[in-house]
Amino acid sequence: MKNNFPKNDPVQDIEYIKEMMEKSSRFISLSGLTGVFAGFFAIVGAIIAQLYLTSVGISYQDFANFVTESIPLKTIIILVADALVVALLSVMFGLFFTNRTAKKKGLKIWDKTSKRLLINLMIPLAAGGVFCLTLLYHNLFALVAPTTLIFYGFACFNAGKYTHDEVRYLGISEIALGLLGTLYLGYGFIIWIIGFGLLHILYGWLMYIKYEKGK
Amino acid sequence: MKNIIENLNKAFDSRVRLGIMSMLLVNDEVDFNELKERLELTDGNLASHISALEKLEFITVFKEFVGKKTKTTYKVTATGKKEFNHHLRALEKLIAKK
Repeated sequence: MKNNFPKNDPVQDIEYIKEMMEKSSRFISLSGLTGVFAGFFAIVGAIIAQLYLTSVGISYQDFANFVTESIPLKTIIILVADALVVALLSVMFGLFFTNRTAKKKGLKIWDKTSKRLLINLMIPLAAGGVFCLTLLYHNLFALVAPTTLIFYGFACFNAGKYTHDEVRYLGISEIALGLLGTLYLGYGFIIWIIGFGLLHILYGWLMYIKYEKGK
Repeated sequence: MKNIIENLNKAFDSRVRLGIMSMLLVNDEVDFNELKERLELTDGNLASHISALEKLEFITVFKEFVGKKTKTTYKVTATGKKEFNHHLRALEKLIAKK
């Protein structure tokens, strides 16, 4: 008797179904090393900003007490430039590692899943950016650091649906940390270093171990 | 054992159909080229599997004009979803028995 059913190995069939569901709905090439390097650059950037502010005699504690009425434009420009360099380096390194992971998996870096990931990340992030500019406009400097974390958390929480789950947990952690930061306004730099630095390194490393190392 | 095998749907005998259904289950809609690229198939091969699934009313086809070209997208039907999940459960049981 010819036994022609089932033809396939059910274990392989289920593996295949899982793989196709993941590949077509999530951007799985995002490299954990993106987070590790972004975290490292964020810490360096925050330290540079802190040293610079100290050198011009501004302390974050003054922001928290709302005694700082305005910051010279030059200072704002230097701080923004510092942040942009950090962002640029993070994106460049992120693209490099993510591209490498995509090649290893034989996937494209630019497809429907990465587009969807970016849109879901960028909308809350852009809203947060504009909101922070209005905070600067109203001289509410102390609120800027926790606000960036909260909106970044929204962005990651939202985008996490379309990539590894760790991004979603990172989002929740950033939101919680940001909210805590709105209570303790004087700790802006510390929560920044924890949120953009340590949390990125932690979750990035977890992702790297789970999805990439030795694979 | 026999019962479990009977629960497996012959329509999902082929890997290609499993792939099509998997993609449609996790996306609201998927277009022809996406299926073709992801499943690494030729136009003809994909089209024959699609029409088989369509005949079974597991998927529905939507055609629209994007500029001058037609764009064909596919969605899974309620029946398709039910049958696929049924098949998936049968596969899982089969593994559990081993």
